[in-house]
Amino acid sequence: MDLTFSEPELAFRDELRSWFANHDPGPEPEGDEHAHYAWRRDFQRELARDGWAAVHWPVEYGGRGATLTQSAIFFEELGRSGAPMMANVLGLLLAGPTIMSWGTPEQKQRYLTPILTAEEIWCQGFSEPDAGSDLASLKTRAVKDDDGWLITGQKVWTSGAQYSKWCMLVARTDAEAAKHKGLTYFLMDMEQEAVQVRPLRQITGESEFNELFIDGARIPDENVLGGVGNGWKVALTTLMNERAGLAFFLQVRLRQLLDRLIEEAAARDLLDDPVAADRLGQLHLKAEVLRLTAYRGLTAIEKYGQPGPEGSLTKWMWSETNQQLTQFAADLLGPGALTGGSRWAYELLRARGNSIEGGTTEVLKNIVAERVLGLPKAR
Amino acid sequence: MDFDLTEDQREIRGVAHELLASRSPFARVREAAEADAYDDPLWREIVALGWPGIAVGERHGGQGLGAVELAVLLEELGYACAATPLLSTAVAAAVIETGGSDAQRDRWLAGLIAGELSAGIGSGELVLDGHGADVVVLIDDHDARLLESPLSEPVQTIDPTRRFARLAGAGAGDGEPLGAGAAGRIYGAIAAEVVGLCQRALEMTLDYVKDRRQFGVPVGSFQAVSHRCAQMLLHTESARSTAYYAAWAADADPERLDEAAALAAAAAATAGREVAASAIQAHGGIGFTWEADVHWLYKRAEVDRALLGGVKRHHAALARAAAARVATVATR
Repeated sequence: MDLTFSEPELAFRDELRSWFANHDPGPEPEGDEHAHYAWRRDFQRELARDGWAAVHWPVEYGGRGATLTQSAIFFEELGRSGAPMMANVLGLLLAGPTIMSWGTPEQKQRYLTPILTAEEIWCQGFSEPDAGSDLASLKTRAVKDDDGWLITGQKVWTSGAQYSKWCMLVARTDAEAAKHKGLTYFLMDMEQEAVQVRPLRQITGESEFNELFIDGARIPDENVLGGVGNGWKVALTTLMNERAGLAFFLQVRLRQLLDRLIEEAAARDLLDDPVAADRLGQLHLKAEVLRLTAYRGLTAIEKYGQPGPEGSLTKWMWSETNQQLTQFAADLLGPGALTGGSRWAYELLRARGNSIEGGTTEVLKNIVAERVLGLPKAR
Repeated sequence: MDFDLTEDQREIRGVAHELLASRSPFARVREAAEADAYDDPLWREIVALGWPGIAVGERHGGQGLGAVELAVLLEELGYACAATPLLSTAVAAAVIETGGSDAQRDRWLAGLIAGELSAGIGSGELVLDGHGADVVVLIDDHDARLLESPLSEPVQTIDPTRRFARLAGAGAGDGEPLGAGAAGRIYGAIAAEVVGLCQRALEMTLDYVKDRRQFGVPVGSFQAVSHRCAQMLLHTESARSTAYYAAWAADADPERLDEAAALAAAAAATAGREVAASAIQAHGGIGFTWEADVHWLYKRAEVDRALLGGVKRHHAALARAAAARVATVATR
């Protein structure tokens, strides 16, 4: 057991720190979503120029072939620096690795570099109005004809679709097959009339997510990923990649939010109250548990090739803690935390999505119960 | 970065697990508890194996290992809920080794390791194995001190698998202070035992809810039950992450020990109670009976929580630590 970084890991971290120190993303644009997005895209380009956009990618595809620990360090340092998450996060974390696993040489050649440089943004077309947690029941149809595939259906919760060139689309290619078997994974061009993007307005007032209305969109044969009828397996690769490095970024952001709350509360002498101190102590504990458990998970993957039982818990723990933290802020800081435009008002509302996006807490508990604890399938 | 036990530590865990599984099944724990006595044959075997001196240097007859190895043993002790004075003896020896003077080491260590001297640990009101102990390590929030054969009276707690005492009038300033880190090591060690209690409670519950059928199906297929089990795992793993962190910090990064120990203590105090109580609930009516063994775990978890000094003081310490971090960053 050694909870310190090795010399090479420290060197990697220091190199990153000095890079972040010399590359200021500039002030975060407020009140204009498009400007905010452009800010994130521009900063990803800066990262990509110096080879930092996807440290976990193999060197041959423009990454650094980083170890899992180095990748975790990257996300920790990104979080610490206050720089924004890469605009093409879904391309870097999901589409890229999935294409590396399943893509033809031509597909790798075509798609990977523009992901890295944020020239082509990606979105994820998995969820549908009637296929959320039960993803395999999705209904979007892909019909084969002489010119390739004709797509009809609807997708929802599509983050960043309004900025995306490509969509990781899972559609049903065989209506007769069993529900997991008739699916195919496509790389769909978003720039066509038959794909309409409609922003969903969230409880925060902003629009990170969209609905996709797909009415006769075309996808050529060479944009099938991993073979016709193999979509479920390919989609699982994407889903497995979903939470890996992100846990470290989220964990650091939670710590920063907690630090910010402490600063504001201390300035107003609000932490002397024993009840407030008790809740603060609990939040500090949970933030530390998240960090420690994330590192345990990392070691498990590095040593045994798969996460231990703790690996399934981090997203659930993070969402719960972030929600408790923002509610604590509202209690501690008083009505001022709820006024329009307050950072805390935004965080309080945004946190409600944490236990839904990327797998609801209820589904995560089912997964823990069935796959980690070996309990019978839930009823 | 390697947040995992080493091969040797796994080996120690395996040996301890096997031995306690064969020597101290719940039938033995029950027998000892009902006789209001420790399991003496088991204790003699544990002493012969050198467990009380696991974290004591070879110079004093110990095994020369560290706090992580001690934590591994205590976790297995908690898992078995074994009726022995290992926790008090091994932890007292460990803190005398690391925080005591040469004179204290010479005075106590060899005898404790050989099972010839006895030790108690705790606070004035609740001392584990304190009655008639040759030496008591008294925790006083963040400090600890040594008292030689203090006057005490036995106390019956809800946990009959262990012996407790109350000190008769050990005032502030009595005894000899131990060096920094002693209290943290004790909190961390108790937390490690709680991790084992939680693990056992979780496993017993899983076995039960997979087996027990109602409405024609195993009750573990109901989400109300399975989600409770998932929550038990979350508590258990939170306690484990922090207990290992505290054990590692004790030897490798003593500056972080106080905070790490507060993390471990707070996580364990909460996890022990929640997980063991959940085990009783998930066992249904049978869980409330003397025959079902989950109550031993709950009782020990509650008393360990009291030995940790409750959860409030650790939350308060953590709040101070969190605020201090922010203040340090701000002045840097």
